[in-house]
Amino acid sequence: MNVNYLVSLVVVVALSFVPYFGIDAGLKMLFGIVIPYLAFAVFFVGVINRIVSWSRSPVPFRIPTTCGQQKSLPWFKQAKIDNPSTTVGVIARMALEIFLFRSLFRNTKMQLHKSENGPKITFQWELWLWLAALVFHYSFFVVLTRHLRFFAEPVPFFVQLLEKIDGIFQVGVPGVLISGFMLLLAATYLLVRRVIIPQVKYVSLVADYFPLFLIMGIAFTGIYMRYFEKVDIVGVKALTMGIITLSPQIPAGISTIFYVHLFLVSLLVAYIPFSKLMHMGGIFMSPTRNMANNNRATRHINPWNYPVKVHSYAEYEDDFREKMIEAGLPVEKE
Amino acid sequence: MADYPTSKELIDNVNYKLPKKGWMDTPTTIRKGMYCYAGNPKSLETVGFPNARQWNPLDEDWKLPENWQEIIHNGFKERLENFRSFKIFMDICVRCGACADKCHFYIGTGDPKNMPVLRAELLRSVYRNDFTTAGKILGKLAGARKLTLDVLKEWWYYLFQCTECRRCSVFCPYGIDTAEITMMGRELLNLLGLNIDWIATPVSNCYKTGNHLGIQPHAFKDMLDFFVEDIEELTGINVAPNYNKKGADILFITPSGDVFADPGTYTCMGYLMLFHYLKEKYGLDVTWSTYASEGGNFGSFTSHEMMKRLNSKMYAEAKRLGVKWIIGGECGHMWRVIHQYMGTMNGPADFLEEPVSPITGTKFENAKSTKMVHIAEFTADLIKHGKLDLDKSRNDHIKLTYHDSCNPSRGMGLLDEPRYVIQNVCNHFYEMPPNTIREQTFCCGSGAGLNAGENMEQRLAGGLPRANAVKYVHDKFGVNMLGCVCAIDRAALPPLMDYWVPGVGVIGLHELVANALIFPGENKRTTDLRGEPLLGMEDEADE
Repeated sequence: MNVNYLVSLVVVVALSFVPYFGIDAGLKMLFGIVIPYLAFAVFFVGVINRIVSWSRSPVPFRIPTTCGQQKSLPWFKQAKIDNPSTTVGVIARMALEIFLFRSLFRNTKMQLHKSENGPKITFQWELWLWLAALVFHYSFFVVLTRHLRFFAEPVPFFVQLLEKIDGIFQVGVPGVLISGFMLLLAATYLLVRRVIIPQVKYVSLVADYFPLFLIMGIAFTGIYMRYFEKVDIVGVKALTMGIITLSPQIPAGISTIFYVHLFLVSLLVAYIPFSKLMHMGGIFMSPTRNMANNNRATRHINPWNYPVKVHSYAEYEDDFREKMIEAGLPVEKE
Repeated sequence: MADYPTSKELIDNVNYKLPKKGWMDTPTTIRKGMYCYAGNPKSLETVGFPNARQWNPLDEDWKLPENWQEIIHNGFKERLENFRSFKIFMDICVRCGACADKCHFYIGTGDPKNMPVLRAELLRSVYRNDFTTAGKILGKLAGARKLTLDVLKEWWYYLFQCTECRRCSVFCPYGIDTAEITMMGRELLNLLGLNIDWIATPVSNCYKTGNHLGIQPHAFKDMLDFFVEDIEELTGINVAPNYNKKGADILFITPSGDVFADPGTYTCMGYLMLFHYLKEKYGLDVTWSTYASEGGNFGSFTSHEMMKRLNSKMYAEAKRLGVKWIIGGECGHMWRVIHQYMGTMNGPADFLEEPVSPITGTKFENAKSTKMVHIAEFTADLIKHGKLDLDKSRNDHIKLTYHDSCNPSRGMGLLDEPRYVIQNVCNHFYEMPPNTIREQTFCCGSGAGLNAGENMEQRLAGGLPRANAVKYVHDKFGVNMLGCVCAIDRAALPPLMDYWVPGVGVIGLHELVANALIFPGENKRTTDLRGEPLLGMEDEADE
């Protein structure tokens, strides 16, 4: 039994029940207004704090991981993106990392085969993690963008457009939006892989399961609200518009499941700055990816560079002068 | 009788099964064959490293200073404040596991703590405990743990089971670089005087005498002069090199490993022959230095400061001798330092000229600030412009494959230059499988100071993926020689090949060049530099 995912699961399930009791106790203001505001405050302050804290540490050396041919002599074809020497190249490399998870795309799976003729190691291109990660992040992005419809009146055209694309299959009423299901599916895959691949399970912490369960909870409650419970959408929008326009109100008739959804979202948002979910900010600042490999052409400055004690040539010659003279090596002082 | 397992025993022991208990609850046992001896206190004293003392990794008591936890805590904090890389890499890992099976030590040992992610977690767990709120409150639940003596020992054991090869970093979606983490971890260990002797003593030697073996200037000259005799015997040409010559055009610095140990010595002969050829034909004046007689930077395996202290000799000597610019020989981590650290640490090298080959007129634009050119770049340029008279067939007895060294591949991008040279001096060249070359190349298993004798089992296990790829081309194409541009490779790969792929030798790039290089008026060559008969010359060579 792995205590890490059990703890995470239990905590997330327990947390989902909190609003049930809260709403019964008449704490709609708390769950509908106070906690969301608090969560977003924690998010903004926390994220800015973290980014500032990272920025405060300088980048003393230019240490890109180079993944292709360097720029050297003109007849060698440089890998301009995987081994960039210019800012444009770096931007392209970063764009590929951020939008297409370039490095993860390289992933392979190693296998060691033992036989009479000795071991044989094989490497297989392994795309599933990359694919699931891509689906997970993009569907999350689409779901998030769709939610802008609750925070703007009139609904911006790109949100409407996105929703049209998202509902392209035109199944059922209300129309099925694939992104929500994809999000749940991808998150489930990422969870299952964490549990069944022994190595990944071995390195996983509570901090790896918790956000996954939380996101799955959010996706699940979202889907449940839209297709099954069919919450009072007008009421919800009145609440969200109230929040965004700083004139909060609690419309009557919104069912509790909505408050559960909102509470889990608030938890996730407030959790981000203190967790590995900060990778979304960190990737922009990773020195092995966001620097050009032009070290020998352009000098990089280390702000805390300091003089060090060296063994000078003069000291060296003092140590060995006679031997050097005897061997016919030139010396400074005879 | 070797004191390490046979290749069959070694493989039989590799399974990727994991302990039932979590890694934090699985104690680490320091095992013979998998660690290097502790640093000699005298060596630590030479360079002023703290806490020099006799200690033994197998002893219960490591004779640590009273306040060792405080020293580590403060050292950790200081490095978080000085290196954004370290801080970000402590925070953003999502433990996706993509790095796990990319590490040669993990593949070769099956030890889960050799998965790059876990190696980093060894430090991260302490980071969470000491520097994050969640870790302070939730402890183990937040993946945090206190720095106990056992944790420290675990750090030491596994940070010296990483060769800083950066292969995992290639696959990490955030570019988390274990080399960076290992460098920081080793810096922390050095604050307590916890280094290994194969690093500490070379550091001390490099500092005092200029090279890692502590070869004194007259002996250094003697050793090169010995090669001069060998070359004369073989070719009839006297290649008389310059030493510490003021006013030479170019200073040449190479790892001292090439000066004393086979088969690096043949690469060294290759340099000597090339430079002599260029002097006779084009008047290029190259000098060697006994003061800066080590290209390899063992300091980089201890701390950034020590790296800088050792590296400083290159510019100091170039300035003293008044050369125009510098050429660097074939070496792995030496080039990581030159390419990614030297200009920042010890530059600007205003006293040197922007490198231009006086023979071809080629400007080495990519080295215009640091003013140091890789010899593979230099030679590739000579070949491109037809400046070398080459007889490829003199390497026909060699079926070659090429091992990309970790540091020039992933910390620089020197991939096609050596291949270009190879293709011009060699007729039979076969690439290993794509997942094992170029930026995905596998470490020799002995980098970052782990090239000792007492840890042979560790080195042979770590070198397994490299050797296995060589075996593939050995079986398929009859490859009998493994080319490389790294002195540690030249020292580490021969025993690795003998162990996993008997029948494959190891050769430096410039040995191949020198085999093919035709000197005006030279004796007819019947053997290569090693005295092995050339193809079709077997009878003549015997005479």
